[in-house]
Formats: sequence, structure tokens, C-alpha cells
Amino acid sequence: MEALRIEGVRKTYAGGVEALKGVDLSIAEGDFFALLGANGAGKTTLINITVGLVTKTGGKVTVFGVDQDADPDTTKLSIGIVPQEFNFNIFETPRVIVMTQGGFYGMDRRDAAARADELLHALGLWEKKDVQAIKLSGGMKRRLMIARALVHRPRLLILDEPTAGVDVELRRGMWEYLRTLNAAGTTILLTTHYLEEVEQLCKNMTIVQRGAVVKSGSVQALLAEASDRRYRVMLAEAPTDAQVHTLRAESDDGTTVTVALAPDELFETVFARCHEAGVHVRDVVPAQNRVEELYLSTIQ
Amino acid sequence: MRADLLKNSLFTIIRREMTRIFRLWSQTLLPPVITQSLHFLIFGGFIGSRVGLVDGVPYIAFIVPGLVMMTVIQNSFMNVVSSFFLAKFQRSIEELIVSPTPDWAMMVGYVFGGIVRGAVSGVLVFAVCAVFAHPTIRHPFAILLFLFLAATLFSLAGFLNGIFAKTFDDISIFSTFVLVPLTYLGGVFYSLNQLPAFWQNVSRLNPILYMVDGFRYGFFGVASVPVWWSAVVLALIAFAITLVNLALLRRGVGMKQ
Repeated sequence: MEALRIEGVRKTYAGGVEALKGVDLSIAEGDFFALLGANGAGKTTLINITVGLVTKTGGKVTVFGVDQDADPDTTKLSIGIVPQEFNFNIFETPRVIVMTQGGFYGMDRRDAAARADELLHALGLWEKKDVQAIKLSGGMKRRLMIARALVHRPRLLILDEPTAGVDVELRRGMWEYLRTLNAAGTTILLTTHYLEEVEQLCKNMTIVQRGAVVKSGSVQALLAEASDRRYRVMLAEAPTDAQVHTLRAESDDGTTVTVALAPDELFETVFARCHEAGVHVRDVVPAQNRVEELYLSTIQ
Repeated sequence: MRADLLKNSLFTIIRREMTRIFRLWSQTLLPPVITQSLHFLIFGGFIGSRVGLVDGVPYIAFIVPGLVMMTVIQNSFMNVVSSFFLAKFQRSIEELIVSPTPDWAMMVGYVFGGIVRGAVSGVLVFAVCAVFAHPTIRHPFAILLFLFLAATLFSLAGFLNGIFAKTFDDISIFSTFVLVPLTYLGGVFYSLNQLPAFWQNVSRLNPILYMVDGFRYGFFGVASVPVWWSAVVLALIAFAITLVNLALLRRGVGMKQ
């Protein structure tokens, strides 16, 4: 079943700005889906249309088989949204914010309280449950918005740049939590500017540019299309010019060289050349983030 | 939305409004008591002692219903417009928009908060005034009816102002340039019968006159305008604002792009 189906969705804002020019998108139930695009590409508009914050000019949005226009209540109950910007009452406490959101979704106060406590524990906010939200750090505020979005147990979780401004350690923790959620059956739609996040987490992705979809497919398949096959090889000792020549590499600095492979060459060719050149390898990493390369080649 | 879910959603909005009003009592309930006590002491006590009787009632007692009504009007209005606009300003209103809570429930929740704050402020001001003026209560039902109508009407008006407000200035413009002049010219400090015929007719265009007059009838049993007519006019205005609010919410004015 499709968790989200978007067909020909258009949005023209007052003033004539055409933010979406007929976007089509399909996300399968259980997917971890990335929506990529530059600032102003239309990602947030598309998300806001899906959750009912923006009125679409045309097209159709279906959530778990239910038409948004025909039965908005059911579609809203299926979706949890973590917006890009903080949008809670900063004078309320995390526990009240999460419980209140549960109430808006029709949860009984006792159920909402129990669920809020469960989520605040799970997201590491329990110690701050009674502190005014204005006093939380940026990372805590992000996690609070995730807790709030999950209070009514949505089947589709939409995250609009959830890790913006979050430190590396915290980001990894959030990744783990999102992976666990996805494994438990929650479909996740993610927008992010951290492209390694897409490579680490997502199964499928779409790139939008100037209000239209320009590339769509599975992350692995799209990465395979990426033209860049350059690897940074870290050697045990600085190579001689002859060794660099044998490696058919470019010398970067000291003990690091960059090896480029032709599209039909296997990855093990890197090691074969190293063996031929008589150098010892400490590590091999892609010269550039592959998603980043794909993204840049697509939008340019 | 299913009835049981709707009940929980509506109660959640109301509970949040109640919490805000009573948690911030020093900002929501205390100021009107101080302001109206000063009005009462200066106009009723110092000046009123030289005025004598108005419509057969001592002036100090005559102004009590007007001061209470003024409190109800201003606090109902300001509670809704400030709470609703703050939710828009912080974008926490999006919590409601993304949920299945219907538009009308959102409006009812905020308006209920305005009614409660208006009523509680009014009762507090009345309690202070009653210590000095000992006003009579002839028709308690009329008092409750006009209290409810005024609080509802101005809570709805506050919601309407909140829908259109884009800046903090926008929430004070209506209050400063419309609400306050209409309140002072609505017979709080004088009887309609004291005005020349022309100004009596002009005053009849002011809805606050009907609130004050009907409310005062509940205390003293005298009214410048037939009481049933006042109640009908106020109910019709409240109904009209309700329809306008619902139409604007349905179109997403001020909240959705």
C-alpha cells in the first residue's frame, strides 16, 4: 500500500509565485524516503500541503489510500509532522506541549499523559519535562518536536530538516531513533541538507528543483548512476612518483592519493593497483559523498 | 471528527486557555480590578457625590453595572485576541491546524476562554464596587444574560481581530480606536435619557449601549431601551460575527497560505 501519493500537485502563492508545478510522488508504506532540493525548491510547500498548512492550487494528495480532500480528518490522524522551525508555545513545558498535541488529536488526557511520558523518556527529555520550552537547547527543542509529532502514533512521520543545527552526537542518536521507528513500521518522509543522512537512512529519494521533480528512485539505484568513482586512498607511507604513476592516481598530500575508476572497473581494482605499486593501504573512502555528487549533478 | 475525539480536543483547547488565564492572574485578572476600582472611586466616589441621582439611582451605584460591563467587554476581547494572535505569532496555532480539530471547535475553545476571563474579571470588579455602593439586584437572569451576551460577542470580535492581525500593533488598533471610544460612549457613566434627542439616536448605533443598558436593568429595573430588544440586537450581532469567523476559518484567512 502507498503511504503517500501526490498527483499533479500545484501551488501558486498570492503574488503569482509558482512554488509547485505539478509534482508527482509516491511513497510506499514502510519506506524511509528522502525529499531533496535546494532552498526554495518547493519541499516545505509540498510538506505543508500534505499536512494541511498550505492550500494547494490543484492536484490530489492521498494518504494510506484516503483522499485528503474527501476525508481530511482521517488523513490528518495518519500523519505526524516535525516542521523546519520551532512552532510550539515557548512558555509551556515539554510534557504539556506533547500532552496538548495528543489532546488536539482527540486523545484522552490520561492516555496523552502516558504517551507523553513514554516519548519524553525515549527521546532523552525526561529530565527537562517540567522546564519551560524556551529554556531548552536547540537539540532538545528538535527532539521535543519529534515527541510531539509521535504522540498520536502516526503511520506516516514527516520530518522537515529535523537535524538542522543539531550536534553530531545528538544527530546520530536521532538517526538511531528514526531507524527504530521505521523498523517498527512507521513510514518516514525526510527532507535534509545533510546528504550523508540520506545515504545512511533512506531507501528511496526524490529531488525537486524549482517546483518540479527532477529525479526519483531508490537511493542505491540512483547512487549507482553517480558518475563520480574517485576514492581517496590513505597509504602507510608517502608514495614515490613512480608508485603514484603505477596507481594511476593524483597525489593529494603526503600519504593520501586519489584513484579514479572507469565505469566498467571493479572496486577491487583499487587494491590491485596498490599491490602492483607495492604500497600499503590504511583506508579507502569515497572522494566525495555520493549522494552529494548525485544531487549536484542533478540540479546543475 | 468522531464525537469522543472531538470532546477531548475541545476540552484540551479550553483547558489550555483556563490554565493561561489563572496562571497569569496578575496579568489577566488583577489589572481590571485595579483600573475599575480607580474609576469607581474617582467617578463614583469623588465626583458622584456631587451628581446626585441618575434615573432615580445614586450615581455611585448607577455606574457599577457600567464599570462591570466595561470590564467584561475589554477582558473578553483582549483575552481572545492576544491568546489567538500569540499562537499565530509563535506558530503554535499550527499544532491545531495539522490536527483533525474542526475550525469551529478552535473558535469555540478560544471564545470560551474569553467568556470565562470576562466573567471572572466582571465578578471581581463587582465584588469590589459592591463593598462601597451596595447596588440592588432586581433581575438576576437579565444580569447573567447580558453578561453572557457581552462576553460572547466581544470574545467573537476578539477572535475576528486575531484572524486578521499580522503584527502586535494590529491587536491594539481595534481596541484603542474602536472598542475604548464605544465603551466610554456606551452609557457607562451616564444615562441615555440625559442626552439630547439627536445624540440619543446616534448612541443607538453603538452595540455597547445595549449591553450596558440591559445589564443595568438587571440591577435597578430601569432601562432606556426595551430589554428584549437589547438582547435580540446583541444576539444577532454575535451570530453574524460567528458566521464571518467560520467563513474566514474555512478559507484559511490569516492562517493558511
